[in-house]
Amino acid sequence: MNRFRTHTGLVAPLDRSNIDTDQIIPKQFLKRIERSGFGQFLFYDWRHGSSGEIEPEFVLNQARYQSTSILVTGKNFGCGSSREHAVWALSDFGFRVVLAPSFADIFANNAAKNGLLTVALSPGQVTELVRRAREGEPYRLTIDLEQQKVSDAQGFSAEFQMDNFVRHCLLEGLDHIGLTLEHEEEIARYEARHPLPSRIRIAFHR
Amino acid sequence: MSRKRTLFEKLWDDHLVWQNQDEVALLYIDLHLVHEVTSPQAFDGLRANRRRVRQPLRTVATVDHNVPTTPRGLPISDPIALRQIEALEQNAKEFGVPLFDIGADEQGIVHVIGPELGLTQPGMTIVCGDSHTSTHGAFGALAFGIGTSEVEHVLATQCLPQKKPKSMLLEIRGALGEGVTAKDLALGIIRQIGTDGATGYVIEYGGEVVRALSIEARMTLCNMSIEAGARAGMIAPDGKTIAYLEGRRFAPQDDEWQQAIERWRHLPSDPGAGYDKVVEIDAGQLSPFVTWGTNPAMVVEVTGRVPELSTFSTQSERRSAERMLEYMALEPGKRVQDIAIDRVFIGSCTNSRLEDLRAAARIAKGYRVHSKVRAMVVPGSQAVKRAAEREGLDRIFLQAGFEWRESGCSMCLGMNPDILEPGERCASTSNRNFEGRQGRGGRTHLVNPMMAAAAAIAGHFTDIRNWHFH
Ligand code: SF4
Repeated sequence: MNRFRTHTGLVAPLDRSNIDTDQIIPKQFLKRIERSGFGQFLFYDWRHGSSGEIEPEFVLNQARYQSTSILVTGKNFGCGSSREHAVWALSDFGFRVVLAPSFADIFANNAAKNGLLTVALSPGQVTELVRRAREGEPYRLTIDLEQQKVSDAQGFSAEFQMDNFVRHCLLEGLDHIGLTLEHEEEIARYEARHPLPSRIRIAFHR
Repeated sequence: MSRKRTLFEKLWDDHLVWQNQDEVALLYIDLHLVHEVTSPQAFDGLRANRRRVRQPLRTVATVDHNVPTTPRGLPISDPIALRQIEALEQNAKEFGVPLFDIGADEQGIVHVIGPELGLTQPGMTIVCGDSHTSTHGAFGALAFGIGTSEVEHVLATQCLPQKKPKSMLLEIRGALGEGVTAKDLALGIIRQIGTDGATGYVIEYGGEVVRALSIEARMTLCNMSIEAGARAGMIAPDGKTIAYLEGRRFAPQDDEWQQAIERWRHLPSDPGAGYDKVVEIDAGQLSPFVTWGTNPAMVVEVTGRVPELSTFSTQSERRSAERMLEYMALEPGKRVQDIAIDRVFIGSCTNSRLEDLRAAARIAKGYRVHSKVRAMVVPGSQAVKRAAEREGLDRIFLQAGFEWRESGCSMCLGMNPDILEPGERCASTSNRNFEGRQGRGGRTHLVNPMMAAAAAIAGHFTDIRNWHFH
């Protein structure tokens, strides 16, 4: 996994709550067996009209929000299905950070595993960021994971909380599986105490 | 005396492999269920890192999400779906993982077959790359959905690093009224606490209502825990749980069965054990529900009306309700029973087990599906299908004009050809009414199986409490 230390980028505001993973990536695009190439399908039904044409109104289709890498959005982002494809689509599209008042659990776990930073701010702070991202010039934010701080050049500054383990893994770019395998001895000891029930072995080998 | 612990805490403690000061625990996973959509990239990851599956026999795979529900002999018309199904066959073979493939007698929705095969047992940790893994909590297991990276993690290590969730007791009092099912209970809970009301929590469902529920109804209830944002939902095992599991193919037998029962007896929460949060629900207040919006908290009584915008307290709630009504093509104040429907779907891991089909068939018996409605019944598994056919439920449905199909997820998420056309309105027994979930532009109303069957016949929603049974 790539390390995440600090990131500065342009902000796209998507001011809706409870955006579920069916919206982030509709199911007709889940049939690939690769991890890559999902960016083109991100928010597909919102980005495209019913006959596939581009929906010019949708925020990510507007000229001023091209090349954005930070998404600011409403509470409970990523609820619904466990599909990691949602995270792959956001990353592949170019997002490095999602800011919201809250995230669904499985989505946040999936994001952490893929180096996509999810930052929870207060609803008031998010509303303010949405306002700034909509006004005037292209709007830029800096997210500093070491300092756990979000800031812009116009005086906005907010600290955020983050799970220590997730933060450490992101900062160091650690592979979670590799970390767990460092506990091979403990796992083996646990397995010695909890052998596979004989019924399972028999039933599978009948 | 030792500390009083909840069911959840007992399971957590029992599966700790290792723990550091950061309170990240390494949990051992007893059972890992795998399906074709969220696993191919995980197996690829194993190959890329030259890793094997640590415990192939603690891993069980099936195909459910995108299998067609047309007769099994027909070829799979979608080449990409076929590729995913073939990838799972190949991966299962290469890594030694048992697979109940498309032609197998055991095939079915992963959350239906785990329990019916007796793989799901009290006291277990169970994961699957699917959010409705919470279903298995009905047995007193700690069961939760994971993403593909975590699927790879469990395949490689049989463990998952986890931060301990908080615990919530949902105490359900009173009794369910006539025509009010576990599905309505789940919808009523989500209406009360919201779609993120249990984010970060593991729910334990308790109270006399839960004890009175059958095992299949408990599965329906736990299934929808994720729709309230919960990490997992669980119910303490009791005599019904034991009776359900006895003699099932993968359940312990003989001495091991006796020992298992003895272990399970100690699982229920100790009297006086503490929860981080306690929520009470009065079951007597619930009725058969219909969702009107595009998330499962947007619930109204079948006798009610689509809400007026003025009933929403904040500006942003009003805006979001407006958006939902526009998507659903509904007017505020419209009577729910005046909403006409085009399609009916009876199926999904929420409501596709034998009891669900029996309940729907009781309604359908002696009637005809409305001429403007297309209705399908999709059993959760091949075993459910066979059992239903033994009872003649298939004939009741077919005579009434319902389609009787092969098992799979089907129109719950529309990854196979079973989808809604844009603008079609569906009464569905599934769990999600998200925009486009059942097909782009499709409009989903979540209901219980009897409500779905009755709507199919009436052509609009109707109160099953007034149903005339044949
Ligand atoms: S039936 Fe629906 S909710 Fe259940 S596993 Fe299949 S797709 Fe998921």
